Amino acid sequence: MNVIGDMVPALALSAPLLRVDGLTKFYGVQRGCEGISFELYPGEILGIVGESGSGKSTLLQCLAGLLAPTNGDIHFRNTQGAEVDVLALPEPERRRLMRSEWGIVHQNPRDGLRMGISAGGNVGERMMAVGKRHYGQIRATALDWLSRVEIEGGRIDHKPSQFSGGMQQRLQIARILVSEPRLVFMDEPTGGLDVSVQAKLLDLLRVLVRDLGISAIVVTHDLAVARLLTDRLMVMKDGHVVETGLTDQVLDDPHHPYTQLLTSAVLQA
Amino acid sequence: MTLASSSTSDITYNFAYLDEQTKRMIRRALLKAIAVPGYQVPFGSREMPLARGWGTGGIQITAAIIGADDVLKVIDQGADDTTNAVSIRRFFARVAGVATTEATEEATIIQTRHRIPEAPLSADQVLVYQVPQPEPLRKLEPRETETRKMHGYGEYGLMQVRLYEDIARFGHIATTYDYPALVNGRYVMAPTPIPKFDNPKMDHMPALQLFGAGREKRIYAVPPYTTVRSLDFDDHPFQVQRWSRPCELCGAGDSYLDEVVIDDQGSRMFVCSDTDYCEGRRAEGHVGTQLEQSAGQRLTGGSS
Ligand SMILES: Nc1ncnc2c1ncn2[C@@H]1O[C@H](COP(=O)(O)OP(=O)(O)OP(=O)(O)O)[C@@H](O)[C@H]1O
Ligand SMILES: [Mg+2]
Ligand SMILES: [Zn+2]
Repeated sequence: MNVIGDMVPALALSAPLLRVDGLTKFYGVQRGCEGISFELYPGEILGIVGESGSGKSTLLQCLAGLLAPTNGDIHFRNTQGAEVDVLALPEPERRRLMRSEWGIVHQNPRDGLRMGISAGGNVGERMMAVGKRHYGQIRATALDWLSRVEIEGGRIDHKPSQFSGGMQQRLQIARILVSEPRLVFMDEPTGGLDVSVQAKLLDLLRVLVRDLGISAIVVTHDLAVARLLTDRLMVMKDGHVVETGLTDQVLDDPHHPYTQLLTSAVLQA
Repeated sequence: MTLASSSTSDITYNFAYLDEQTKRMIRRALLKAIAVPGYQVPFGSREMPLARGWGTGGIQITAAIIGADDVLKVIDQGADDTTNAVSIRRFFARVAGVATTEATEEATIIQTRHRIPEAPLSADQVLVYQVPQPEPLRKLEPRETETRKMHGYGEYGLMQVRLYEDIARFGHIATTYDYPALVNGRYVMAPTPIPKFDNPKMDHMPALQLFGAGREKRIYAVPPYTTVRSLDFDDHPFQVQRWSRPCELCGAGDSYLDEVVIDDQGSRMFVCSDTDYCEGRRAEGHVGTQLEQSAGQRLTGGSS
């Protein structure tokens, strides 16, 4: 069943979840990204690809609220269906949004996990942050999420430092998805992992994101990851988007010469 | 406030040791702390002629609020006769010429480390705590910029995670000291290293409670009759420590007990940690099992 091919045009009929206009970030005079505009629809997974230094992480961090853009607008449709101007939100509200409706999967699990706290505590934190006060229920939900990311229940009281890199990454994903966010940002979610571990994690991510109907923006320099995980692609070069389109179209029939170079580089590898 | 040194005090110091400008600075921080219950107010902590860890935060607060007609009590681990308590009491007797006491009800200012007296405090008393670590989130979040935001926005999920970790590891909330509490429904506070046994006493206490952390340069307060709620889980409610037997000296069944060694053979007994409370009860004729057994033999309740 060609889910992706059928889904994207249908999604386009609904209102966008995220609307980005002219997003620009300069580090002093150094351009990070410039003039980025796009829309993300509910349930859609958008990939951002491009060579090192092309501005992928800069863009993602601006979108995720980790970095203040120099210019531009970000609008997010909240659960009430209202469009909120993310950059104009007071900080406490933006932080609330970030830990409930949004989630960020960091490339390095250490940036996304509390290493001194047990796996269960890591997964439970978002529940407690929104006021859950029943230990038994928090623990049961944490156990459920650990099993969904294929971490044995017996490891619930172990600290992440006792986990392998792949497990840490899966724990990070459970820690975020437990709050059932509607939008997840991922920066190289499979970077730094062995190829076999990468494949497993990708499978898991794909299933979870599809099951929960989550929208996601995924930065990767790995076109195989982009092909497996994303519906649509934005190709970046020197801080600008040079090509966008459905993932299969961009990868199989690239129009911009830079994208042609990128895709052929993968074929050679 | 008086500038004059009384005849018994050391004239080379200003009244209560600190200069008037410093006292005013501390009082301003205190007023702000009282206005925003549980909020940690930064202040310009001064060097004191006592080693840090001896409660310089509490001493500075006491110095800033004490007047010539105040009566000071100082306790350490509940006892008035430990080295720390005695030196602080002597210090203020010398630099402020104030009267000191061991009797809780006679004191107008009680400076404490580790305990809240067992006897209920009244509206004309002030309790001054010596605080080593004022930030309840510090163990979980080392970044000051982040903890400040968490307090500012009331983001206390992480505090709950600390209690979660306790239950996961020990089957119950094992934190027995410095047990986090929500003040006035707004700020989570570290109640110094008092045992959680004392947490309920802070709730709606008629006396003003002031907290001073010298090394960390923070002051916070619980105004009289303010709600102080110990954090917990619905299915693991907050509980204080209980002992299977009463104080062996005075028979009190409602006080916090210390285990003390009583002879060279290592025999032990459980006695009130609040020595004034224990002595007061014995003076009223209450007797514990130890005194019943060794009637006539003089025993004191001094501990640690
Ligand atoms: N903190 C910073 N200060 C100054 N310049 C920066 C900073 N971070 C990134 N840049 C610059 O901004 C541009 C975009 O960098 P960015 O990290 O977004 O690229 P990227 O596409 O994520 O690269 P990679 O694939 O290597 O992670 C680069 O020229 C980079 O040198
Ligand atoms: Mg990057
Ligand atoms: Zn006693």
